[in-house]
Amino acid sequence: MSAGIRFVDGSVPAELVLANDADVEAIAGDLAHVASIALDFPKWNDGRAYSQARLLRARYRFAGEIRATGQVLVDMLPLLVRCGFDAAQLRADQSLAAAERALSFFPDGHYQGDLGAPLPRYRRRAEAPA
Amino acid sequence: MARVPLPSHARRRSPALVILGQRQQRADASGFGMYRYDNFDRDFVHARARQFRDQLARHLAGQLPDDDFRALRLQNGWYIQRHAPMLRVAVPYGELSAKQLRALARIARQFDGRADGPYPGRGGYGHFTTRTNCQYNWIALPDAADVMDVLADADLHGIQTSGNCIRNITTDCFAGVAPDEVVDPRPYCEILRQWSTLHPEFAFLPRKFKIGVSGATEDRAATAWHDIGLVLRKNDAGEVGFQVRVGGGMGRTPIVGTVVREFLPWREILVFIEAIVRVYNRYGRRDNLWKARIKILVKAEGQRFIDAVEAEFAAILAKDLDGSAHLLTDDERDRMAAHFIVPAGVAAREEPTAIDASKPVAYARWLERNVQGHRLAGYRAVTLSLKRGGQAPGDATASQMDLAADLADRFSAGELRVSHDQNLVLPWVRADELPALWQAAREAGLATANIGTLTDMIACPGGDVCSLANARSIPIAAAITERFDDLDELHDIGDIDLHISGCINSCGHHHSGHIGVLGVDKDGEEWYQVSLGGADGSALSGPSTAGKIVGPSFAADEVPDVVEALIDAYRAERSDPGERFIATLRRVGLEPFKVAANSVRRQTAVHA
Repeated sequence: MSAGIRFVDGSVPAELVLANDADVEAIAGDLAHVASIALDFPKWNDGRAYSQARLLRARYRFAGEIRATGQVLVDMLPLLVRCGFDAAQLRADQSLAAAERALSFFPDGHYQGDLGAPLPRYRRRAEAPA
Repeated sequence: MARVPLPSHARRRSPALVILGQRQQRADASGFGMYRYDNFDRDFVHARARQFRDQLARHLAGQLPDDDFRALRLQNGWYIQRHAPMLRVAVPYGELSAKQLRALARIARQFDGRADGPYPGRGGYGHFTTRTNCQYNWIALPDAADVMDVLADADLHGIQTSGNCIRNITTDCFAGVAPDEVVDPRPYCEILRQWSTLHPEFAFLPRKFKIGVSGATEDRAATAWHDIGLVLRKNDAGEVGFQVRVGGGMGRTPIVGTVVREFLPWREILVFIEAIVRVYNRYGRRDNLWKARIKILVKAEGQRFIDAVEAEFAAILAKDLDGSAHLLTDDERDRMAAHFIVPAGVAAREEPTAIDASKPVAYARWLERNVQGHRLAGYRAVTLSLKRGGQAPGDATASQMDLAADLADRFSAGELRVSHDQNLVLPWVRADELPALWQAAREAGLATANIGTLTDMIACPGGDVCSLANARSIPIAAAITERFDDLDELHDIGDIDLHISGCINSCGHHHSGHIGVLGVDKDGEEWYQVSLGGADGSALSGPSTAGKIVGPSFAADEVPDVVEALIDAYRAERSDPGERFIATLRRVGLEPFKVAANSVRRQTAVHA
């Protein structure tokens, strides 16, 4: 467990596997009955699953596990976490030490809001107690 | 190239206690009229440099293979080019401080021109691009992390200057000083820069994504050629909003963007762009590199694309958890606007009475070509030309960058702009200091009086360094510069946009040139396709459109002859010396120009 993301080995598959060209809208009605969904990265630099995760969390309020599978590199972890993934099955050659580091570089957060910190930075600052 | 006319107050002789109005705010103690990094911004670019250092170290240690490292380094501005790596440093919306330009000079001197590095005798200069970035071609990859640290120390970075993500945002190089400005675009550019920087959902789009913003009556930012083109407007009630175009772009399929909103209230801009980019991320093509830009999706889907964007926009606001979090607030707009103010020591002043008649004709020419109108009485914007013989268009050596920084400190409140025509602009020059600036700029080799003329051409670096290019651009540019080295002749020819690209990726914007030159490869040889009548959307050029190709490609040594023949045809056809090339071309049609171009074919005559 690290920064809200759990590393899994795939021995327990997700209940639902969604291809990255599938419409999240099509399964919106079934989400109440699903505990975990795997979103696929057939290539690590194909970013469609980030939008799928964002929609599952922010639009359809899916509270179960969202797992990244396929070509998952440690360098994707900050993006995955910020888009609502809470589990990742790293590609076999990836290093856990590098994964820990990858999650550590931006301790003060980012400019725009995300699933972890929904407000953009300027509103976080404006609305923080003095 | 768009030129700014002198405002009426600059033509009057009476003291001008006019203008200013709402924007008569003073700079803070720093004296600066640009965006100033706070601790968060500064820590952020240093954090990015540390992240990149980790990735580079893993790569150099064999733990991060080329295929995985590529996209990571690209999103920090690092390419691997024909001979060496290339670094593209972001100059957000083209605005630079003198201090930052000196940091860019230091990179050129210390890393790009490194005598004990792997490329001795090469480098030592930067190249300013049409996206207003600064590129280096001779830095050794093991030095890359150190370079990012030096940049971060000067509030600079290479974030998202390449890769399939939202790239550096560009705007009018006269933003904040142009007399025809409706709304200063820079605060909105900075808001967009921050929003798009390391956006977690949009880092791996189908293809690169470029946003251009204009806030003036004249579009000097070629907005219609961008993936998203924004034009700031005021409605009848005086409220600020954006005209939004989507799906413009050059490349293999030149398309002008489609207007999807005539007036989007400014508060909604981030959410609306989020909707556009999400629809693109989900449905843009990824199976074919040449069909992956958003322009292809917009063209294929038409109204259905617009409907999908509007539906997504409505869904974000109506359904999403914290969906309204990115609606802009008055506080945020005001906070940003407070950065972009008139610098300390700058205020409207009396116009100088008249040009000193004793000054040489060269000075009058420079005034005519390189000096632009200003919204403040007694001020001018001055373009430092990076187009001259012996150097590639847009190139500046370390020493030239230092000299330009000195000129900015002395004459322009320490501020510069990079123009999309690949020159540097001093935005805050006192009219009564123009003679002194001219003298100093001449000594620095930055006062060629050719802005807007044939030799003020746009050109990409081309096949000399770029691994994408099919042909070289620099020798073509050099041959044309040499052919037209007579300033009398250049001034007689007047305003003309010559744009040269070394390949169909169109970094040299050949599609939008009045004369466009495109390098093509035929059986391993360099050939050049010539097009006519393109427009970048400026007042001079007219509505954005791609040029039309003139017959089969030409051989490299025919290209200067073709350009000369086109110019001769223009001078023969123009109705009067004041009619510009593009106006003559539009009036008489392409035919006389095609005939002229084809008449100089030698090697290619047999192919024709």
